[in-house]
Amino acid sequence: MNYKMLGRFVGKILWVEAAFMIPALLISLWGREIPAVKGFLLSMAAIVVVAGLLTGLCKGSEKKFYAREGLACVGISWIAMSILGCLPFCLSGAIPRFIDAFFEIVSGFTTTGASILSAVEGLPKGILYWRSFSHWLGGMGVLVFLLAISSINGGDNGFTMHLLRAESPGPNVGKLVPRMKKTASILYLLYILLTILNVIFLLAGGMSLFEAVCTAFGTAGTGGFGVRNDSIAGYSPYIQNVCTVFMLLFGVNFSCYYLLLIKQFKSVFRDEELRMYLGLVLGSIVLIVLNLRGYYETLGETIRHAAFQVASIMTTTGFATTDFDLWPSFSKAILLFLMVVGACAGSTGGGFKCGRALLMVKSLQRSVRQVVHPQKVQVVRSNGQPIGEKVLRNINAYLAAYVMIVIVSFLAVSLDGFSVTTNFSAVIACFNNIGPGLEMVGPVGNYGAFSTLSKLVLIMDMLAGRLEIFPILILFSRTTWKHR
Amino acid sequence: MNIIIAGDGKMGSTLTRQLSAEGNDLTLIDSNPKVLEASEERYDVMVVQGNCASMEVLLQAGVKEADLLIAVAGADEVNLLCCMTAHGLNPRLHTIARVRNPEYTDQIYEMREMFALSMAVNPEKQAATEMERLLRYPGFLKRDTFAKGRVEIVELRIDERSKLCNVALNDMNGIVKCKILVCAVLRNGRAVAPDGNFVLREGDRIFVTAPTDTLTILLKNLGIITHKVKRVILCGGGRVSYYLAKQLQKSGIDVQIIERDAERCNHLAAILPDSCIIHGDASSQFLLESEGIADCDALVTMTGLDELNMIISLYGMSCGVPQVITKLGRMDNTNILGNLSLGSIISPKELCCNTIVRYVRAMKNQTGAALTVHTIADGQAEAMEFLVDDATKHCGEPLKSLKLKKGVLVVCIIRGANQEIPGGDSVFHRGDTVVIVTNGEKSIGQLNDIFE
Repeated sequence: MNYKMLGRFVGKILWVEAAFMIPALLISLWGREIPAVKGFLLSMAAIVVVAGLLTGLCKGSEKKFYAREGLACVGISWIAMSILGCLPFCLSGAIPRFIDAFFEIVSGFTTTGASILSAVEGLPKGILYWRSFSHWLGGMGVLVFLLAISSINGGDNGFTMHLLRAESPGPNVGKLVPRMKKTASILYLLYILLTILNVIFLLAGGMSLFEAVCTAFGTAGTGGFGVRNDSIAGYSPYIQNVCTVFMLLFGVNFSCYYLLLIKQFKSVFRDEELRMYLGLVLGSIVLIVLNLRGYYETLGETIRHAAFQVASIMTTTGFATTDFDLWPSFSKAILLFLMVVGACAGSTGGGFKCGRALLMVKSLQRSVRQVVHPQKVQVVRSNGQPIGEKVLRNINAYLAAYVMIVIVSFLAVSLDGFSVTTNFSAVIACFNNIGPGLEMVGPVGNYGAFSTLSKLVLIMDMLAGRLEIFPILILFSRTTWKHR
Repeated sequence: MNIIIAGDGKMGSTLTRQLSAEGNDLTLIDSNPKVLEASEERYDVMVVQGNCASMEVLLQAGVKEADLLIAVAGADEVNLLCCMTAHGLNPRLHTIARVRNPEYTDQIYEMREMFALSMAVNPEKQAATEMERLLRYPGFLKRDTFAKGRVEIVELRIDERSKLCNVALNDMNGIVKCKILVCAVLRNGRAVAPDGNFVLREGDRIFVTAPTDTLTILLKNLGIITHKVKRVILCGGGRVSYYLAKQLQKSGIDVQIIERDAERCNHLAAILPDSCIIHGDASSQFLLESEGIADCDALVTMTGLDELNMIISLYGMSCGVPQVITKLGRMDNTNILGNLSLGSIISPKELCCNTIVRYVRAMKNQTGAALTVHTIADGQAEAMEFLVDDATKHCGEPLKSLKLKKGVLVVCIIRGANQEIPGGDSVFHRGDTVVIVTNGEKSIGQLNDIFE
C-alpha cells in the first residue's frame, strides 16, 4: 500500500471540500446566521489543518498506484470527507449529536437523502444549502471532480482509471475520450448544464432562487434532501412534473448525453440499458395507476403521483409528493422492487443498476440454455458487443456481496426492536441510496429513532451502496494494509 | 494531438508510454482484449478492441478526429491496409506504417505513394544500419549523431584498464588531448549529471559529446586500438542479420551467419550468396570456437531470444572479441544489464520508437521543434538538437549568465562549419544549432523551454 500517495489524494480531496464550503459560508453571512457562520469557519479551519498536514507529510511520494490503492483511496476519501463534512452541522448546533450529523452528511454525500431530522424548515439557510450541496458533489463524485481539475502527469498514469472505476457506478466503466482529465471534465460539464437547466425550469414555476437551487441539487445528485418539511408535496403540480422529468434525466447514463452531443443518435436510441430503464418506468407507472384507482380524485392526479413516486424511487432520489406508505401493498411492492433495481449505470443514481440487472438476466438465460445443450458455447452480448467473462463474474460477486450485506445489516438493525418492514426497508433504502423506506422510515418519517449502532450500520450501508461495495469492503481486508 | 496506435504489442506499448507522457491523446486498437486491459490500467489512454484494418473499428477509435495513425500490428499487410483505409476515411490523417518484410524494402518508396503513407518504418533495417555504424568505429557502445553527422554523442564504458578510470573530469582533457564534454554518466543504473570534480570509476558508462572528426583521436588517445573490422560473426539469421550482412558485404567485410533452422539457412544462402551461412546452434561453444570466435573482429548476437543473445555476448567478451553487439527485444531490464559486459546494446524496437516520436514532435510543433532527438543513458536522459531562431530568448548572452532549468545542459553549439564544445563564456546566435541534454524530467518541446 502506497500510504504517501494515498495521503496526498485524501489531502487534495479535503482542499476541494473546504473550497466548496465557501458558498455555504457566504449564504450564512448574508443571512446573518451567527451560529452557522461560526460552524462553517471552524469546520473550514479544521479541514484546512488536516488537509495541510496530509499534504505536508506526504510529500515526495512514489508514483506507484495500482488497483487496490485506487479502491482504498476512494473509500478512505469518502469517509474522511464525511467525517469532516459533518462538522458544520455539529458546530453550528443545528444537529448537536455527532453521530446524527455524521449520518446526515453521509446520507448527503452518498445521495441517499435519509434524514434524522423531523423538521428542516427552521434550520439556517447556509446549513440547508450545505446539506443539499453534498448531494450534488456526491452525485457525480468528488474524485471525478478532482480528476477534472487537476492534471496528473507522468508516464504511468493509467491508475486514474482505477479511481474512475471505483467511484463511477456500473459494471463496465469506460472513458469517453482518451484523456481522463477530459473525460471527467465532460462528465461534470454535462452535469452542470443539466443542473442549470433544472434550476431555470424550477424558477419558471415560481420557486425562490434558494429553494430552486437546493431542489435542483437534490434532483441532480438523485439525493432527495428537500428544504421543506413535506418534501415536494407542497409545490405546484408543474414543479412536481419538472422534478419527475429531471429525476428521470439524471438517472440516465451520462455517456448517453455525450453520444447525443457528438450526434450519435442511433447508438443512444438502441442502448439496451436505456430501453430497459424507460420500459421499467413506464410499466411501473401503468401498473401503479391501475392499482391506485379511487385513491385520488382525478386520473390526472393519480398519474402525477404515480409517475413522481416511480421516478423518485427508481432513480433512488427519494423525494415524495404523497405518503406512498398508505398505498395498497401491490404498489408498495413495485416500489420496493424498483428500489433494488435502481437507475442506469454511469448515472448519479444508486441501486443495483439496470445495466447490471440486464447482464445478470442474460447470463441466467445462458445458464438455462446450457442445461438443454450442455456443450453449447454462448457469448453474452450487450448492445451487440460481447461481454467478457470477467465482467459477468464480477456481477455475480457483486450480487453475492450485495445480498450478504443486506442480510447482515438487517440483522444488526433489527436489534432496535422496530417492525420487520421498517428495518428491512430502512436497510434497502439506505443501501440503495434512496432515502425513504416504508412505515416508520416512510416519506413522512425519519431515521432519528434508530440507535447509534443501527445508524453506524446504515452509514456503512450508504457508503457501500454509493461506492458499489468493493471500495468499502477492501478497507476491512487485512491484506489491503500489508506492505507489498 | 490525437493519435491512434494500431497494434498494442511491444512496439505499441513502448510508443504508448512515450507519447502519452508527452501529452498526446492516444487510442489503442488491438484484437487481444488482455493486452488492451493492461494498457488501459497502466496509461491514460482509450482502447478499442477489434481488427485495426476494419472501417467500423477505425471509426470507433475516432479516426475522423485523429491527426496521426501509427500502424504497428504484427503483419505488414495489415498495417498497410489499415493506413490505406484510415486515410480513405480521413484524408487529413498522417499515417506511419511498420513494414519489415525484406521483400518490400526495395519498393518502399513506391508503396508510400500507393498506400498514402507519411512514413514507413522498418525497425530491423534501422537496427542493421545502426550496427554497421558501430562496427565502423569499434570501441563505442553507441553513437548518436547531430548536425547532419558532424557532432556525435558516443557512449564509452570505463573498465579497469581504461586510462580514464579514477580520473576527475577536470583532468580529462589532458589525457584525450581534444575538446570533448561528458554530458551524462550512468553509474549503477542511474544517470548522473557530472560536474568538473566528478571522478570516473570502473563500470561507469559515460556519454561524451565530440565533433565527429575528433573521434579517431579520442579513440587513439584512450588507448582503444582501432583496426578495421574484417570478419564478423552474426548469431541468428533473422531479418536484422539479413540487412546487416547485405550492408557489410558492400564494404567488403567477411560475414559468417550461424542459424539454427535449416530451411532458413537455405533461404539465406540463396539471397546472400557472398556470406558464409552455417547451420548450427549458436549457443554451442564448440561451434563458436570451431568457427573461430577467438580471432574474429566482431560478434553480433541477434537470435530471437534475449537471454541467449546475452549469454553468447558474454562468452564472446570472455574470448576477447574486440567488438560485441547484443540485440535485445525488451529494454525493460536495462538497469540491471548495465553491470554486464554485453558490449553495445541495440534494440530495434527502441530505435524505431525514437524515429516515430521524433516525427510526432515535428508534427506537433512545426516551428521550433527539435531537429534531432536521441534518448541516451538507457532512456534516462535525452539529447536534442534545436535551431536558434528569432523567437529564441537570450541570444548573444554568455552561458554562465543564463539560468537554465535543473538537469539541462548545453553540450554543443554548431555555427556554420565549426562545432564548439561550450564553456561558460560561449554564446549562441541566431542561425546556430545547439545540442542540449536533459534528464528527461521536464518535457522540453522547444529551445525556450530550457530556460527557467
